[in-house]
Amino acid sequence: MKKWLINSVLFTVFICCACSNESVTSYEPTAANLEIPKLFSDNIIPPVIPNTNPQTIEGVALGKTLFFDPILSGDNSQACADCHAPQNAFTDTSRFSDGIDGTLGTRNSMPLFNLAWNYDEQFFWDGKSFSLEHQAFSPVTDPTEMKSSWTDVVQKLQQHPEYPTLFEQAFGTQRIDSTLVTKAIAQFERTLISANSKFDKFLLGEVNLTPEEQNGFDVFMDEARGDCFHCHGSDKNPLWTDNAFHNNGLDATFTDLGLGTVTGDPADNGKFRSPSLRNLEFTAPYMHDGRFNTLEEVIEHYSEGLQNSPTIDPLMKKVALGGVGLSEKDKSDLKAFLLTLSDYDFISNPDFLNQ
Amino acid sequence: MKKIVLILTTALLLTNCESSSDTDGTVQTSITFNFTHSWDDTAVSVDDFNTIKFINANTDELSIERLRYLISKVTFTTSNNETLRLGGYNLVDLTNSESLAFTPTGVLSEGTYNISFTFGFDNDDNANNYQDLNSASWNVPAQLGGGYHYMQLEGKFIDNTASETGYAYHAIRAVDNSGSSPVFQDTFFEVDLGKVTITNNATINVDMNIAEWFKTPNTWDLNVLNNMLMPNFDAQVLMFENGQNVFSLKPVDQ
Ligand code: HEC
Ligand code: HEC
Repeated sequence: MKKWLINSVLFTVFICCACSNESVTSYEPTAANLEIPKLFSDNIIPPVIPNTNPQTIEGVALGKTLFFDPILSGDNSQACADCHAPQNAFTDTSRFSDGIDGTLGTRNSMPLFNLAWNYDEQFFWDGKSFSLEHQAFSPVTDPTEMKSSWTDVVQKLQQHPEYPTLFEQAFGTQRIDSTLVTKAIAQFERTLISANSKFDKFLLGEVNLTPEEQNGFDVFMDEARGDCFHCHGSDKNPLWTDNAFHNNGLDATFTDLGLGTVTGDPADNGKFRSPSLRNLEFTAPYMHDGRFNTLEEVIEHYSEGLQNSPTIDPLMKKVALGGVGLSEKDKSDLKAFLLTLSDYDFISNPDFLNQ
Repeated sequence: MKKIVLILTTALLLTNCESSSDTDGTVQTSITFNFTHSWDDTAVSVDDFNTIKFINANTDELSIERLRYLISKVTFTTSNNETLRLGGYNLVDLTNSESLAFTPTGVLSEGTYNISFTFGFDNDDNANNYQDLNSASWNVPAQLGGGYHYMQLEGKFIDNTASETGYAYHAIRAVDNSGSSPVFQDTFFEVDLGKVTITNNATINVDMNIAEWFKTPNTWDLNVLNNMLMPNFDAQVLMFENGQNVFSLKPVDQ
């Protein structure tokens, strides 16, 4: 009778232990769940965190150190943060960023925030990089960016007085490789969450909008005026982007095919990923090629500057006239609304600064 | 003795996940809906997108670049008028093959039923907040009553001046915002697929004839109605009327 009980308890214990790690001494870094803002958990589905790269305190700290360290570049002169600076919501102010030897790229640097909510995980303006881990491989070897080689970078990190210990703490091994570097950077990037703008506080009932900002939001949401919400989020989608690819009428012919280069489908020519409209105050110039220096120019584009082409999005209206032609008041109110999406706490968050 | 209890309990636990029978012994089955699309007699898939190749009832040539729509409240009615409602809703997006198959939550007994579903959301469902639909940017602005789109059909057509022009045929609950307070008219509708005998995890094939949105009873003129249709009360009512005959049941696989 008692024997039965003992047997079954032993059996259960055996089953429970069967899957767990055999070595009792194995090191585990400290799990660090993302702090998901209320507006996000209320309104949108959870972020993408690969189970092969869980967030940990040590991993995020290492990723941050790497992000700000020029050691990743060929001549130790350029860090990720040079083109992705915290005070610019992790982009830079130049139209095309120059790499370590002054070579210019052909695309505007991108701000980095809320990246874990890019559900399709297609990164870059044209979506060519799948997943954040994979993305972080590119800049290191890109000849217009950090122009290094992974063998070189791994060697420098391995010989560094501190990095082997940091990798040990983050991943339980002193053996550094490119995969672990990109995992750590991706963990840090996932912590870059921006959700504390004036408009967020308005949605949480903490502040009011001015009449101009409110009218600007109405223009944004009005299909007959701005009609921005179909692609750039809304009060119900706090990412302020659909992370999908569209041709928003910048050009009649394309020098950069965008998504078309990636898919090879001519129907994708001239399509780029809609950027988030958060933090525009800090991220000028605008568009994939940084062609617009001000928000006035952007609004002017949508209002009267549309260029027709076979792949232009069907939502771009009255293209023959250049656009819907917003009134001067609607234009300036729309700008006032866009600026309510600036998150000052994000750009000064000490967790994200190099200190 | 105790050993037998243990074995029995274990066996019970292990078999728990198998399909179950209800008290009167009839077999319970889950149902999958497959959504197919056509332009009158020709099948349409995402491979047909982005080319001007369709001609509507008004003889306008057009292309499709996007087609997404929402269906909800799948309902099975027995011959003695009992209704069984399976849970969930589905956003069909032709560019996402997974969304073309939908298995509503819940099971029902094998037998003969009348099957219906709601195109869009009824007003109660439309008042809820859905994280997956918000993430898909499927919302309707609060200024138009909030809630969700029922359909987004977009593409290009050749207009009266022979130039390619975009259209955005977006179906939502009709709202007239011209007065001091908005006036609504319901434009979700029930699609009655008719009687089906269900056995053994049936798949129900539902076809949408896209051409119907432009045909009966209202011949749709894209030159007049192509964009900014969400705030257009009359256009929403026309869509509602034309929607009545777009869905049909194809042979059931079981
Ligand atoms: C020389 C400037 C430069 C450097 C250095 C640089 N980047 Fe970038 N970054 C860019 C540009 C330009 C783009 C857009 C490229 C494109 O779309 O083709 C970009 C895009 C990205 C994106 C995509 C964001 C999105 O939403 O799709 C991420 C993530 C990113 N960079 C991370 C990094 C990391 C991590 C490093 C360091 C390992 C780094 N970058 C170094 C210029 C730079
Ligand atoms: C059809 C989808 C679509 C609509 C509608 C749309 N946009 Fe965009 N928007 C885009 C895409 C795609 C880009 C990037 C284009 C590129 O760089 O080639 C973009 C870029 C922008 C940018 C530049 C952001 C940056 O970081 O460079 C701003 C600002 C912007 N849009 C504001 C608006 C406003 C305001 C409206 C409404 C008047 C609007 N958009 C309507 C798709 C859209």
